[in-house]
Amino acid sequence: MHILVCGGTGCTANASREVIDALNRELESHDLTDFAKVVVTGCFGFCERGPIVKIIPDNTFYTQVKPSDAKEIIEEHIIKGRKVHRLLYVAPDTNESISDSKHMEFYKKQLRIALRNCGFIDPENIDEAIARDGYAALGKCLTEMTPEEVIAEIKKSGLRGRGGAGFPTGVKWEIASKSRVGEQKYVVCNADEGDPGAFMDRSLLEGDPHSILEAMAICGYCIGASKGLIYIRAEYPLAIHRLQVAIKQAEEYGLLGKNILGTGFDFEIELRYGAGAFVCGEETALIHSMEGKRGEPTFKPPFPAQSGYLGKPTNVNNVETYANIPVIINKGADWFASIGTEKSKGTKVFALAGKINNVGLIEVPMGITLREIIYEIGGGIKGGKKFKAVQTGGPSGGCLTEKHLDTPIDYDSLVAAGSMMGSGGMIVMDEDDCMVAIAKFYLGFTVDESCGKCTPCRVGNKRLLEILTKITDGKGTMQDLEDLKNLSAVIKDTALCGLGQTSPNPVLSTINNFWDEYVEHVTEKKCRAGQCKALKKYVIDPDKCKGCTACARACPVGAITGVVKNPHVINQLDCIKCGTCIEKCKFGAISLN
Amino acid sequence: MCGPQIKISEANYLKIKEICASFNNNPGELINILHKTQDHFGYLPEEVQQVVADCLGIPVGKVYGVVSFYSFFTMKPKGKYAISVCLGTACYVKGAEKVLDALKKELNISEGGVTEDGKFSLDVLRCVGACGLAPVMTINGKTYGRLVPEHVKEILAEYAD
Repeated sequence: MHILVCGGTGCTANASREVIDALNRELESHDLTDFAKVVVTGCFGFCERGPIVKIIPDNTFYTQVKPSDAKEIIEEHIIKGRKVHRLLYVAPDTNESISDSKHMEFYKKQLRIALRNCGFIDPENIDEAIARDGYAALGKCLTEMTPEEVIAEIKKSGLRGRGGAGFPTGVKWEIASKSRVGEQKYVVCNADEGDPGAFMDRSLLEGDPHSILEAMAICGYCIGASKGLIYIRAEYPLAIHRLQVAIKQAEEYGLLGKNILGTGFDFEIELRYGAGAFVCGEETALIHSMEGKRGEPTFKPPFPAQSGYLGKPTNVNNVETYANIPVIINKGADWFASIGTEKSKGTKVFALAGKINNVGLIEVPMGITLREIIYEIGGGIKGGKKFKAVQTGGPSGGCLTEKHLDTPIDYDSLVAAGSMMGSGGMIVMDEDDCMVAIAKFYLGFTVDESCGKCTPCRVGNKRLLEILTKITDGKGTMQDLEDLKNLSAVIKDTALCGLGQTSPNPVLSTINNFWDEYVEHVTEKKCRAGQCKALKKYVIDPDKCKGCTACARACPVGAITGVVKNPHVINQLDCIKCGTCIEKCKFGAISLN
Repeated sequence: MCGPQIKISEANYLKIKEICASFNNNPGELINILHKTQDHFGYLPEEVQQVVADCLGIPVGKVYGVVSFYSFFTMKPKGKYAISVCLGTACYVKGAEKVLDALKKELNISEGGVTEDGKFSLDVLRCVGACGLAPVMTINGKTYGRLVPEHVKEILAEYAD
């Protein structure tokens, strides 16, 4: 028997290491180490209820397991074959406990292609990857297919770049393969996941590093490169560790290095570390960073395929894009192209987070609707609140609203709705979130991360942030709203790289979808979500106020006036919104509007 | 450049030389060299950057340009316990700012600051990747999740020594 325990970042942060240790101790004390084995896997996706423990072969799925539960799991389940019912997932709608994860709403509509091995294998053991077809696609490419045939297959599959813009991967490879034939070329994996609220690439690298290595080798074979580089955030120590282990094991097995599988094809992979700059997700900036320089983008053309790393032809793809390659080779382009919509094939991994019941990592076929994601997979909005918006595409994307709930999700429909696919962050917001404050949050991020090279991004975004701050401070005018729109349009048209060209998107999409809310902030000085502190008003309910004077005595600026035993009032002009009065009132007479 | 004026010891000088040499004094490896150097010193003060520049045969301005560009590199020493509050979107919508405010109030420092006794430093970061536990903060790599401002005092008390 195998006891799979999630060793992803979310579960590890929730003490899954201690669960693993406790399970191992119990196995030893019952002398069961030959019979059952604890396997540390990558992310199962259901981070909301972590740490997750899954028992194979019966597929029992335990949630929120604590180290103290280990004894019962071993003694009841492993020894006596009885499930520990209190640890099973309980479906919120039917109140029934569900033992096999495939019957859970969270997993029912998911289709795991890129994440196929996450949660099934021990990522630090190459044999487990090989047992699930790892490196079979590389073998097939090297021995049965020409580079042209592989590229044709990828083109036919319709796979598009999962990093954000959605450029067809096969076309990209073809351009790189025809560029400066015979020279040294490079294959680069972009693992600089900087989008706040997105953890897809990290989970993939932590859960299934071999798929990425395999796909990079296939790409090297196609474009004629013998060197691969993975540019990964230094903030991802676990992913770095697992990649290092995987590269070493693959080299030992002759699946990387010289003369792979005896075919004469050489391919080696090295890691390069990012150092915390969001702009390095842009491919030209990433290449400069790998060369040891400031990660500033440059004009395209020349494209990396013509002149990239060290001036050589370079192909850059994102982690999730690579994760799809081996499956396409193994199962065929037609199979892959049968999934998804007309122009967006396959699946997409999203990091579902925010005000939703089931936070986690999900993979869904293209063309699924937001409603299915939020209400079926995600289990609806937390606390029964009202859905307001979902943000996709991070700082480059926008907000989708109720009217988009039934739009099939693909690259083109998201752009048409004023957002973008992005790398896959999906943040759900409810009625308590202020959309002006959200736009301000993203602009704050962009201003921090702008590299400063081009003026529209360096100065323009700063002005956008200032105007948004003015509005949330209750000092905005209608002219400010016009300025936001105009300035956004200019930045989009004139910024140098993808970061600047998309940075106004959060502003534009919230203006388009929540115009009323902006106007309310400006004309009525009101924030309906109650998020903008400067627009909050403390008021005393005269029916509840006993006139005890506690609030008036506590107010540091003397803004509360009134006669003893008579209702008091707060002078809004003097109030500094410190909230002291609300704490002092014993009668619940003071509230925040 | 600013930063505390430390005089560099012979041992530290040799350590930097050794790190640079392990990358063949190749300026293309500058970021990897700075990672290793920061691992050793905890931060990258002016003198250290000067030695790196000398070893690689490049102007110190080039090293400073890289150090100041990337948020992972710091020219100020961190506290004994480095606190990082996640301000990724998932944490933000779940109230990470309120937690950050509580920490600032409790420690009486602002973002990027270090307490006078050098015990705590406070930074923000963009996504730990534990969005299921939002809002999240880390102290020397240990993750604390599902935070509310009221937790702050309790957690800091764990580090009373």
